[in-house]
Amino acid sequence: MPTAAPISRVNDFVVRFANVNGSGSASANEMFARAIMRMGIPVGPRNIFPSNIQGLPTWYEVRISEAGHLGARGGTDLMVAMNPQTFDKDIAAIEPGGYLLYDSTKPLPASKFRNDITVIGVPLTAICNREYTDPRQRQLFKNIIYIGVLSALLDMDVKVIEQLIGEQYKGKEKLIEPNIKALHIGRDYATLNLTCPLPIKVRTVDKVGDRIFIEGNSAAALGAVYGGATVCAWYPITPSSSLADAFTRHCAKLRIDPQTKKANYAIIQAEDELASIGMVIGAAWNGARSFTATSGPGISLMQEFIGLAYFAEIPSVIFNVQRAGPSTGMPTRTQQCDLISCAYASHGDTKHVMLLPENPTEAFEFGAQAFDLADRLQTPVFVMLDLDIGMNHHLCRPMVWDDAKKYDRGKIMTAAELEAGKDFGRYLDVDGDGIPYRTYPGTHPTRGSFFTRGTSRDRYAKYTEEGAPYVDNMQRLLRKFETAKDIVPRPLIANAAKPTKFGVIYFGSTAPAMDEAIEMIEAKGHTLDRMRVRAFPFHSSVNSFVADHDFVFVVEQNRDAQMRSLIVNECNIDPVRLVSVLHYDGTPITARFIEKAITEKLDALKVKPEKVVS
Amino acid sequence: MTYLAKPKFHHPDLPKNALGFTHRDYEGTVSTLCAGCGHDSITASIIQACFELSIEPHRVAKISGIGCSSKTPTYFLGNSHGFNSVHGRMPSVLTGANLANRDLIYLGVSGDGDSASIGLGQFAHCLRRGVNMVYIVENNGVYGLTKGQFSATADRGSKSKRGFVNTDNSIDLAAMALQLGASFVARSFSGDKHQLVPIIKAAIAHRGAAFIDIISPCVAFNNHPGSTKSFDFVREHNEAVNRLDFISSRMPIEIDYQPGTVEIVTQHDGSRLALRKIGADYDPTDRTAAMGFLQQQAAKGQIVTGLLYVHPDSEDLHAHLRTAEAPLNSLGEKDLCPGSAVLDKINAGLR
Repeated sequence: MPTAAPISRVNDFVVRFANVNGSGSASANEMFARAIMRMGIPVGPRNIFPSNIQGLPTWYEVRISEAGHLGARGGTDLMVAMNPQTFDKDIAAIEPGGYLLYDSTKPLPASKFRNDITVIGVPLTAICNREYTDPRQRQLFKNIIYIGVLSALLDMDVKVIEQLIGEQYKGKEKLIEPNIKALHIGRDYATLNLTCPLPIKVRTVDKVGDRIFIEGNSAAALGAVYGGATVCAWYPITPSSSLADAFTRHCAKLRIDPQTKKANYAIIQAEDELASIGMVIGAAWNGARSFTATSGPGISLMQEFIGLAYFAEIPSVIFNVQRAGPSTGMPTRTQQCDLISCAYASHGDTKHVMLLPENPTEAFEFGAQAFDLADRLQTPVFVMLDLDIGMNHHLCRPMVWDDAKKYDRGKIMTAAELEAGKDFGRYLDVDGDGIPYRTYPGTHPTRGSFFTRGTSRDRYAKYTEEGAPYVDNMQRLLRKFETAKDIVPRPLIANAAKPTKFGVIYFGSTAPAMDEAIEMIEAKGHTLDRMRVRAFPFHSSVNSFVADHDFVFVVEQNRDAQMRSLIVNECNIDPVRLVSVLHYDGTPITARFIEKAITEKLDALKVKPEKVVS
Repeated sequence: MTYLAKPKFHHPDLPKNALGFTHRDYEGTVSTLCAGCGHDSITASIIQACFELSIEPHRVAKISGIGCSSKTPTYFLGNSHGFNSVHGRMPSVLTGANLANRDLIYLGVSGDGDSASIGLGQFAHCLRRGVNMVYIVENNGVYGLTKGQFSATADRGSKSKRGFVNTDNSIDLAAMALQLGASFVARSFSGDKHQLVPIIKAAIAHRGAAFIDIISPCVAFNNHPGSTKSFDFVREHNEAVNRLDFISSRMPIEIDYQPGTVEIVTQHDGSRLALRKIGADYDPTDRTAAMGFLQQQAAKGQIVTGLLYVHPDSEDLHAHLRTAEAPLNSLGEKDLCPGSAVLDKINAGLR
């Protein structure tokens, strides 16, 4: 007898698949998530994978939430335990009253299970051995068979799954029928032998709307296509490689000239990250929009060049898909841990622009906008994704493009202007915004050429080691950074229904968990104003938001409270008023974590809930 | 202040090239290198080569790393954009620049510290890729700006100015360039302008990765007895395999050659390289033989100079990537942005 009542919920639970890496489970699991989405139920899948190609444990978690809470929740309601290596841990992770689906071909002692969960055994290996002779088929179809079992257990619309199989194997039609057969083998077994459906199940609704299901790396790469990037130089590193791969794929479809069949882009897989950023800088210096995609270790390697781009004022876009550091850290786990290493990258006094998208749609928008900002500000711009945004599918609003939009190529002096005798000083602040004019190489036979260097120079780009012109230049760079504050994406504020003395600042992939956590915190009678910071340097509204509250929680996914340090440092704020909520074990932050941390801290501050909620 | 502008006065009868430019239009600022530096002779050869080729001075992009050699782009082609980048990384910056605009001439200037030590990786990879460029190494075997440490091209057994003997093996960049697939490889000596100028001209006309290793003695730190990069040593051990006359596609061949003494190689743009053979029967289109010859002569302590290898019809990186003929930096929204209708379709495929 289970000691906890079985969980009974419709369209609101978490399924976790425990698999062995390289067993072909990923596409079956993704199909499961897609099928839920096609049934009109919001879904948030997350891939938890090792730095390995074959053999190590991997998990795929699917959050199903009709209410639309798509951040990681924590805990598992239904565990599909297909990996003997992790079986014990997987069982331990099931919520009381939850469910276990396992392969019962080999009998397991009762001690392997828990008495507060519902155990569902299906002899998957035996079924596969009976149905298939080829070992690879046995493995691959086993994945589809357990999807079939789930379709019955969870009352899924089987037509939707059949249609997805058809779409997946479009062009390889002979694979469709055996997959559908495998699906029904599982489904029929469950219908005949198990109590279907379970108390946790799904029901077709209409809560997805026009939302799209996309990985952040693919969306960011599409942003680079729309933003006019023509040169991409990169070096493979998890979790950013799929961004460059996606750019390659998008360009092959969208950037081949229809007449000449020639490429309106150039992609180089460089020999290392130093060469990647060097190529980006060379291309940008020569007037092409260019970018690289990398992760923390790559940023470390690029430091010297980033300083050059800052000081020589060369637009360059760097997508940093963050992973857990330091050093090699946890290369397949997520964190927001490169804020400081990017904000102040390189030796000497430097400050850089960072954009902080919350999801793939914003990664598309910022991915395109980064090129306008880099050209306008003539400086490196970091687009800070993380593994959670980059490598997981997210259900988010559709991407939008305004056809009236023109690229902002920034201040470029033309051959005609030079010919007309306009004064050109490469580092001359003509407009008072700290941004000088530049010329592209090869513009004019006798005017407008200059020497680009990492050494100190005067306003007319002449080498100098004198103090006054050096200071003059460094001050202008600060003015330029001030200009940036008003043109980067502004923070978004969501005020509580009633005035409150407490606020919370968060950013990036924390957004969905934060939105859910706010509801949980409010249910406990606390109120918080929210600010989602979307860029660095900070807009003045960050200062005023902190000033308007007694205490502001800063929620982030790193150990050292890097966002808090940036706010303290750049906004000159008393650190006591910024209370950190830090999550950095490499898993995506959850609403449960945020809610617990904030309410505990509010309790410690002796804040009384405004109303008592049962 | 180490920036000195050159006075603009010049003799009214200075010869002009086909575009009406004089020699002076290809100069830069006054050199701040040591008097007698080999690098200044190379600068003069670059100026002469560009003048004689009638290149529009602003259509060259000169890119360098860090070091004495990397300073020299300031001293030539003052109407060209220049980029003094970071140590050892000229090749990547040049590669990126070349991708952005395939219509300019790319002149990379580096040194032996820059290319054979800190930047050995980038040296190798840009040659492998076949970037259309002239890559010059001003090779003096020594770190000048930091006062005389050995570089990786210093020969084993050679002596530093302070009397230390180099025990490390040396890197032969020209031999590496051959192995890495550079389609034009030459070695020359800063003190031999007659050999160097036509080599630079041929390299500029070449399509693909052209590499020139130029032995360029450092008068301050590496010009003493015991050095293998001194003026005296190089003059005594210089073994030229050929003398080159560069004939642009516009010019008829006017020089009379003795039959059997000259090989004419025609490059992709129609320019011709008239190679007068010297001594050994050297075939500069045979890459494998060139690699062997270099090794044999190096073992004898000889410095082989001349045009070592040329692949006259080589392809460059843009051909490999099938990039558009129009420079990528000239493309706008119309060519680059797929627009909202396409995006709507992409969205529809993501549901």
